[in-house]
Amino acid sequence: MSKGRYGEFGGQYVPETLMSEIHKLEKAYEFYKNDKDFIEELTTLSREYAGRPSLLYYAEKMTKDLGGAKIYLKREDLNHTGSHKINNVLGQALLAKKMGKKRIIAETGAGQHGVAAATAAALLGLECEIFMGEEDTIRQALNVYRMELLGAKVNAVTSGTKTLKDAVNEAMRDWCSRTDDTLYVLGSVMGPHPFPMIVRDFQSVISREAREQILEKEGRLPTAVMACVGGGSNAMGMFYNFIGDESVRLIGCEAAGRGVETGETAATVATGTLGVFHGMKSLFCQDEYGQIAPVYSISAGLDYPGIGPEHAHLHAIGRAEYVPVTDDEAVDAFEYIARTEGIICAIESAHAVAHLIKLAPTLSKDDIVICCLSGRGDKDVAAIARYRGVNLHE
Amino acid sequence: MNKLREAFNNKKAVIGFMTAGDPTFEDSIKNILALAQGGADIIEIGIPFSDPIAEGPVIQKANIRALSNGMTTDRIFELVGRVREQIDTPIMLITYLNPVFKYGYERFFADCEKAGVDGIFVPDMPFEERPEAADYAKAHGITIIPLIAPAEEERIKAIAESAEGFIYVASAMSEAGLTEQSKSELKYVIETTRKYTDVPTAVWFGIHSPKEAKRVAEIADGVIVESAAVDLVTKHGDKAAPYIEEFLEQLKTAVG
Repeated sequence: MSKGRYGEFGGQYVPETLMSEIHKLEKAYEFYKNDKDFIEELTTLSREYAGRPSLLYYAEKMTKDLGGAKIYLKREDLNHTGSHKINNVLGQALLAKKMGKKRIIAETGAGQHGVAAATAAALLGLECEIFMGEEDTIRQALNVYRMELLGAKVNAVTSGTKTLKDAVNEAMRDWCSRTDDTLYVLGSVMGPHPFPMIVRDFQSVISREAREQILEKEGRLPTAVMACVGGGSNAMGMFYNFIGDESVRLIGCEAAGRGVETGETAATVATGTLGVFHGMKSLFCQDEYGQIAPVYSISAGLDYPGIGPEHAHLHAIGRAEYVPVTDDEAVDAFEYIARTEGIICAIESAHAVAHLIKLAPTLSKDDIVICCLSGRGDKDVAAIARYRGVNLHE
Repeated sequence: MNKLREAFNNKKAVIGFMTAGDPTFEDSIKNILALAQGGADIIEIGIPFSDPIAEGPVIQKANIRALSNGMTTDRIFELVGRVREQIDTPIMLITYLNPVFKYGYERFFADCEKAGVDGIFVPDMPFEERPEAADYAKAHGITIIPLIAPAEEERIKAIAESAEGFIYVASAMSEAGLTEQSKSELKYVIETTRKYTDVPTAVWFGIHSPKEAKRVAEIADGVIVESAAVDLVTKHGDKAAPYIEEFLEQLKTAVG
């Protein structure tokens, strides 16, 4: 069996044309992750440029209002570029530079990873091209313009369902035809090995900080940590340093769209089956013949038919729980946290908040829950207004 | 001797491709037979997949046409069986791993054998991931055709030494055609491959014209023609068969 396995999940299911490049990336990463200069450069960028460490904020009003567990929010929304995606792109873009690459490419759904990649490229002097489903360029037009301001070229992908999975297809096609000067900066803990490992390592800063911060504030570990899951990068980051703490529940919140019974859903653990796609063996929404299913969620960032292989493994061994959250629940939570805590979070993150609202009251006052706010919600305001039937004139 | 390998005996082989079920089940049978009629030495039949990450726009669209007309893996075997009744040309299936995995390896290769399939090429199943399917394929006499791309000699050696049937050779998959750089890259890959095996090589490159096919055949043992053949289906719909036959004849003449 090939490298990069999490139980039966993972692997390197990519065309031979990419194998040499993937091996080079693996070798480079294994070297630089222990290289003092690389670590120092990345740590400095994370601190001085991205604004780390991110706050672990005690949400007192939510705690009182929900009347159960003590609630903390890990504020990845306060990072530069407004989401956790910057953690990964700084690492990968720096790696690209060390590998002598001149150009990075990236897929994006909501645009958060695309904006982060374009930002890192601008900072580090790399050429940048973003692949984004045409549907998503419409849903997230502001982020398209943001990426262009940062000097990136945005390619609207018109194949297939014109969303995140098609953006990944197109980015892979581009990389197949141009590996010599280009690194594909994958945005989530998915794809062929070593991407799930690299992205997880760069995102694990979330739980490394959160674990220290909660021990400092409370002197004990939380009852549960939670995050939204599409491919699963902020969730993997939030879970990783708690995996060994067996008492800590790990909860991933999937986008159920209009409901897991409706077929208009992106909840992979709830509705998916084992398959091989986008370079990995994992769970996918697909039909009986292995054709990848069109998925749906209000959130362009969670609108993906698969899940990272390490998540599939954590699910298979019962270490992590995955729950579906509908559009309606996420929009309610989006509004609730804005009113209650004065935080407009990303619609992706609102999926985790929605489950938090259900979970907290069932726990006792001695329980602590940390919820990852993966991103800020400015980009979603117009879409939420539309969802509520409000007509905005700008 | 392996039937796929025999197709290269004493000649440069031309390998022609059609997506099963494109635009309809019956039309694709006619088009596949036209490939054979035109002189194809091996016929490749694509099992349509929702997300063909290694294909360009022409074959992506063919996949969508076939899937929206109800093509399924079960019907592929019915289609191959029908083709097999009429021709002896070696037949290969091309598909992504997920449709095979989902159908079940044992069931898939058993049905391949029953229908008269000789080999299979799975773009997203590189050398390292082959073991999970290899024993099932072997048990049913189906050759898994490998792909070799520009790589370090060690890697080319490992793939070449385990190869049977023939070998797909790819340069960077580009629509640009054969540039001087890609030609020298191809030469390197093929020459390195030949150091370790006498299994024939066929170039998987995006060959669009008889002229290009001729240039490639000067370096390799065969040429694979995919999107240029499918393009005729895009253009001529259910009347594509005579055009396909004529195109294959031109290719055969060009490679000599």
